[in-house]
Amino acid sequence: MIHEEPLLFELSHGQAEDYVGGVPAEQGIPAEFIRGEVPPLPELSELDVVRHFNRLSKKNAGVDTHFYPLGSCTMKYNPRFNEDMAALPEVVQAHPLWDESMTQGCMEIVWETARWLAEISGFARVSLQPAAGAQSELGALMMVRGWHESRGRKRGKVLVTDTSHGTNPASAALCGFTVETVASGPDGCIDLKNLQAALSDDVAALMVTNPNTLGLFEGRMQEAAQMVHEAGGLVYLDGANMNALMGMARPSSLGADLMHFNLHKTFSTPHGGGGPGAGAIACTADLEPFLPAPLVARDAFGHFHFDHNRPKSIGKLTAFHGNFGVIVRALSYMVRCGGGGLREVSETAVINANFLRNLLEKILPTAYSGACLHEFVLTAKSLKQSKGITALDIAKGLLDKGYYAPTIYFPLIVEEALMVEPTETESRGTMEAFAKAFAEVCAMDPEALHSAPNTMPVGRLDEVKAARDMNLRWKA
Amino acid sequence: MAYIPHTPEDTCAMLKSFGVQQTESLFSTLPDSVRLERYLDLPAGLSEPEAERTIRGILAKNQMPRLSFAGGGAYEHYIPSAVKSIISRGEFLTAYTPYQAEASQGSLQAFYEFQTVVCQLTGLDYANASLYDAGSALAEAVLMAWRVTNHPRVFVAPGLNPLYRRVLETYTSHAGVLLENLPERDGIADFSRVNWENTAAVVVQHPNYLGCLEQVEELAARAKSHGAMTIAVVNPVSLGLLKPPGDWGADIAVGDCQPLGLPLSFGGPYAGFMAVRAELVRKMPGRIVGVTVDKKGRRGFVLTLQAREQHIRREKASSNICSNQALCALAFTVCVALRGGRGLRDMASACAVRARKALERLLRIPGVKRVHNAPFFHEFVLELPFNASAICSDMARHDRIVPGVPLSRFGSARERELIVCATETKSLHDIDELVRGLAGSLGRLKTGGAK
Amino acid sequence: MAPANLKFTQTHEWVGLDGSTARFGLTDFAIKQIKDIVYLDLPPAGTAIKAGTPFGAVETVKAAFDLNAPISGKVVAVNTAAVAAADSVAKDPFGSGWLVEVEIAGDSMTGTELSALMDAAAYASFCAKGGHH
Repeated sequence: MIHEEPLLFELSHGQAEDYVGGVPAEQGIPAEFIRGEVPPLPELSELDVVRHFNRLSKKNAGVDTHFYPLGSCTMKYNPRFNEDMAALPEVVQAHPLWDESMTQGCMEIVWETARWLAEISGFARVSLQPAAGAQSELGALMMVRGWHESRGRKRGKVLVTDTSHGTNPASAALCGFTVETVASGPDGCIDLKNLQAALSDDVAALMVTNPNTLGLFEGRMQEAAQMVHEAGGLVYLDGANMNALMGMARPSSLGADLMHFNLHKTFSTPHGGGGPGAGAIACTADLEPFLPAPLVARDAFGHFHFDHNRPKSIGKLTAFHGNFGVIVRALSYMVRCGGGGLREVSETAVINANFLRNLLEKILPTAYSGACLHEFVLTAKSLKQSKGITALDIAKGLLDKGYYAPTIYFPLIVEEALMVEPTETESRGTMEAFAKAFAEVCAMDPEALHSAPNTMPVGRLDEVKAARDMNLRWKA
Repeated sequence: MAYIPHTPEDTCAMLKSFGVQQTESLFSTLPDSVRLERYLDLPAGLSEPEAERTIRGILAKNQMPRLSFAGGGAYEHYIPSAVKSIISRGEFLTAYTPYQAEASQGSLQAFYEFQTVVCQLTGLDYANASLYDAGSALAEAVLMAWRVTNHPRVFVAPGLNPLYRRVLETYTSHAGVLLENLPERDGIADFSRVNWENTAAVVVQHPNYLGCLEQVEELAARAKSHGAMTIAVVNPVSLGLLKPPGDWGADIAVGDCQPLGLPLSFGGPYAGFMAVRAELVRKMPGRIVGVTVDKKGRRGFVLTLQAREQHIRREKASSNICSNQALCALAFTVCVALRGGRGLRDMASACAVRARKALERLLRIPGVKRVHNAPFFHEFVLELPFNASAICSDMARHDRIVPGVPLSRFGSARERELIVCATETKSLHDIDELVRGLAGSLGRLKTGGAK
Repeated sequence: MAPANLKFTQTHEWVGLDGSTARFGLTDFAIKQIKDIVYLDLPPAGTAIKAGTPFGAVETVKAAFDLNAPISGKVVAVNTAAVAAADSVAKDPFGSGWLVEVEIAGDSMTGTELSALMDAAAYASFCAKGGHH
C-alpha cells in the first residue's frame, strides 16, 4: 500500500523527453506578446512521471478493484470493449469541423444512439449535445421556458421533490426559476395534496425522479402529471435511475414530457474519477423544436447532416457535438446488450438490489419497507442512538474491509441514510461477502469505528482545516 | 446476455432465497397501465466480435483525410504514449467522484496538481478541478463577473470563437446579462470608443479564433480603470510561449484542455479550465481540491469549499455542475508533466514556426491573400479566389487533404475565407502537399467555373 | 445565557440596539448546533437590509446557512476580524463575535419589527423546546 507520494512539483528536477522533434528557429511573434520565462512547470523524466501517476492510482478505488454500491450512481462494470471502440482512429482523429462528408460514420453513431434512447424512453426526439446529466437538466428547463414563452406565457416557478438530487433545484435556479420543494408522503412518494397546494399558474414544471432516490417507483406519477398538465405545466423526468426501468416501462407513458439520461450511469461509460459523463435530453414532438441545436438528421438517401435550421432551439450547450467519445462507449454497450439484454439489465439490477436488501435488512432497517427497485435506503438512526455509530462511521469501516461505501446522507429526508445500489454486474458471492462485512462493521466497537479507516493511505481528514487554510495549489 | 454474472439457475436460487417465485413480482409497484407490453424494438444483443464488426462498420463510413490543417477550437497535437497508458488504469478510469476522500487520494492529488498546473500556466491565483469545456467555462465566468460586480453589460471581443459565443448566449439568455460586441479592426478588437458604464466584464480570446493576437494588456488596463473585469479565453499550448493572462491583467482565465493530452474525438469529451484572482475563489463554480492533514499528521487531499456546490446549496449553489471532466483533466496534467515547461515552450514555438512557413508558401499561390495583418500564433485567415467550402470539398475528394476550416462554418457570410492551422505535427513535406493540393484545387475550380 | 438587553429571531440571530445603530450576530445556541464555522459571507457597507430576509451566510464544511436580518437597516460596519478568523465568533458570540452593524430608521417601523422578536426569556424557553420554527 502506497502512502506518501510527493507532488509533481516536489519530485526532483529531471529532463523531459522531446515530444516535438528539434528546437525550432525564431518564431516571429513580436516580443511584447512573449512570456518572460519558460512556464514554471516541473521538469521531470518520463519514468518519474509514469511512476508518480501509477503510484497515485494505487491510492484510488475503482469499480475495477472494489465493489462500489453507491446509490444513485449506478457503478456497473465499465466494459473494456467500450474503451477499444472509443480508441478507433475514426473516433480519435475525427475533427469536429471537417466537412460532413468526411464524418458520416461519427454522425451515424450519434444518430443510432439517439434512436436507441428514443425507443427506450418512448420519446420522439433525442439530443446528445449535453456534456453531463446536470447540463441536460439545465437544457431541459430552458426548453420548458421556451415552450411556455412560445405560448405567450411567463412562468417563474419549478417544483422539485424533497428526495430530488441537488442538481434539480440548482439547475432550475441557474435557469432563472424560483424553486419550491414538494414534501413527499409517509410512503416516500409524491404527495398529491402537497402537489396540489403548490400548483399555480406560475408553475412551469414539476421535476420528478422515477424510480425516486429511495429506490421506490413513483406510483402516483401519472396522476401527478395529469394535475400538472391541467395547471398548464410540464413534467420533467430525471432519468438518473433508468437502470431499473429499461424494457419494463417507458418514461413517455409515465406522463413525462421530457427527460434526461446519464450515459455514464445507465450505459456503462466509465466515471473517470468524476467525469467525463454525457447526457441526453429526450422529449415529445411538441417540445422537439426547443432541443439544443444542431441535431443530427438523416435524409431520404441515408446521408447524415447537422440540422442548424432550428429557430426555436434553446441554443447550444457544448461548443461542438457533445461528449462524442462517451457516446461511442454507450452505443458499444447498447449494441452488445441488445434490446433484450437491456431489459435483462434492468431486471437483474432490481433482483440484485432486492437480494442485497434482504441480507442487509437483517442488520439495519430500510427507510421504507417492502420491495425496492434497483436501489434502497437503509437508516442507521437507531444504531446511532444505541451505540453512537453513524452512517459516516459505517462508511469508513467498510473502506477498511475493502469495500467502497454506499452513498451516505442522501436523500435528505432519511436520517443517517445509506443508499445502496449493487447494479446488475455483481455476483451473488460479492453481495454476500459485502453483507458479511457490513454486519461486522455494525458490530464493531464504536470507539474503534470512530477512528476508521485505518488501512487507507490516510485516515479521516480534517475538512475544517482544509476549508480554513484554503491551500488549493502548490506554491514554490 | 452481456455483463450479467448470473446463470438462470443462479437467478432462481437468489429469488427463492428471499421468498420470491418470479422476477415479475418485484415490479408489482409499476401500474399495469405503464408497463411496456412488447419488447423494445431494438436489435438483438451481439457477442463482442460481432459488436465490434457493427461499430467498425458504422465508423468505416467516415472518409478520413490523410492530412488536416483544421483548427477553430479543436487542435491536432501529438499525445505522448504515456498519457493513454496512465488514464486507462482501472483505478483512475473506473473511480467515482472522490467523496470518500480516504479511498480517492490518487484522484484528489491529481486534481490538486491539475489546479496548480493551470495556475502556473495562466499566472493566476486559483483554479478549479475542471468544467465541461471552454464554452461552458466562459459562460460560468461571465455569470460570475455579473454576480460579483452587479453590472449587466458584458463586452465581447469580435475574435471570440462563435461556437463559444453561442454557448455563452444560451447560458445567459434569461439572466440580466447584456452581451455587447466590440467593433473589429484587422481581425482584433477596436476598443478606442467604448462606453464602459455599468460594465461587468470584457471577454477577449487570445489568440482569437481568427488566429490573431489581441492588444490584451491595453484592453485589460482600460477595463480595470472603469471597474470592469477582464475574462481571457486562452489556448494552453500558446501559454508555453505567450505572456500569461495573470501577467497582462486578466481577472479570470478560461480555456480548453483539449490541445494538451486529449484527442480530437469529434468534439468531445474535452475539459474546460478556469483560473481566477484570489478574491474571486469563493465565487468559482465546480469542484475544488484542497490540502489538509489526518489525525496522524499525514498530508491528504479533500474536496473543499463544497458549501458552494449543488449537493449542499441546492438552489443557492453557485452553479449546477456535478460531474467535472476528471479523466480529461488527468490526461492534461500527465501531458503537461511529461512535456515540462521547456517542452511546452518548444511545442508552442514549433507551432508558430510551422504556421509561418505554411503562410509563406501558401501566399506564393496566385490569388491567395492573408486577410489580416495582426500578429498570429498558429492560425491565420486566407482569402481565396473561390468559395472556401467548395475548395474544401474538392480537396477532400481529390487529395484527401483538409486545408482548414471555412469561415462560413462559424456562420460568417465571408464565404471565400478559410482559417488555416498548422501545429507542430505538420512537417515541411506536409506543408508542401497542402500548397500543391490547394493550387491544384484552385486550378480545377477555375477551369470548372468559379463558384 | 443570552444577555437580557438583546432581542432574538426564530432563526437564532440576535440584535442589540445602541442609539441610531444596531448590531446583529448569531447566538451561542446556533453556533453550538452549526459547530465548525469555516467562512462568513457578509455584505459590504452600504447594503440595505430588510427584516426577515437573508443578509449573508455562514458556511461549515458540509452546509451553508442563511443569516436572516432581525430588523431593517443599512450596513455601516462589518466585523472584519470575525471574517478573517471565522472560528473566533464562537468564542464570544454576543460580544466581539458580532457580525454587522447597521444604521436603523429608528421610527415606528423599527419598533414594529422589534416587537415581533423574542426577548431573552422567550428565546431561552424557545431553545429549551428545541429551537425549531
